[in-house]
Amino acid sequence: MNIKKGETMPILTSDDVVRVRQKVRSWAIEMGFNLIDQTKLVTAASELARNTIDHGGGGEFRLEALNEGNRSGLRLTFEDHGPGIEDVELALKDGYTTTGGLGLGLGGSKRLVNEFDILSRPGEGTRVTVTRWKP
Amino acid sequence: MERIPILKMGHFLLVTIQVDMHDRLAMTLQDDLTNQIVKTGARGVLIDISSLEVVDSFIGRMLGNIAAMSRILDAETVVVGMKPAVAITLVELGVSLKGVRTALNVEKGMELLQESLRLQAGESGDEHQEG
Repeated sequence: MNIKKGETMPILTSDDVVRVRQKVRSWAIEMGFNLIDQTKLVTAASELARNTIDHGGGGEFRLEALNEGNRSGLRLTFEDHGPGIEDVELALKDGYTTTGGLGLGLGGSKRLVNEFDILSRPGEGTRVTVTRWKP
Repeated sequence: MERIPILKMGHFLLVTIQVDMHDRLAMTLQDDLTNQIVKTGARGVLIDISSLEVVDSFIGRMLGNIAAMSRILDAETVVVGMKPAVAITLVELGVSLKGVRTALNVEKGMELLQESLRLQAGESGDEHQEG
């Protein structure tokens, strides 16, 4: 697998969440994702970017265009150095929330992508990596 | 401060969301709408989201909140114009918009609001007849 291009940006305010959505949208269009896949990717990005602020106290977003054999995809990485997640399995459960939201951000965004990876250490931070391949 | 305009038309308030809303803007709209319902005595709220390319769980929750708050304030809310890709994504995300009335477009949404206003007027009227 090789990375065709990559870009990193900070996620600190809710304006940054909008910027993340716009960046993901423009790359997804450029790569030829269809409208439904674009919408799923952008929505997952929005959920995860908001989590980075609400739970991680802000962090960093990395977007990468991937090539593997004859398929291409977009990989999104959200990283923060916040308090981390004590129980990842619980955090992925629909309806589980610590902020009074719907509790769908993490589990919901997992359903919108093909690959979902979460690495969290209490006290150190959280990194969520998701990939969607072009069908 | 940036705001989404709210128009009054007869008994109804109309909102067309045409920008990619950041979370604070969504919260402001929720507050503004609630205040306008009380101020104008509006009986219905129509929210056009046909320009929105993404509705995530935060905006979904905001739409649900607006519908619930306006109901308590004796106004009906209809959300219209959702793009098909947005509907597919919302369901997969797990946001069902329970308690939010929807219509395909502004015209159908207005009909829905007028109809429910007529029904309520009929129920409170003296010459109400069973259909």
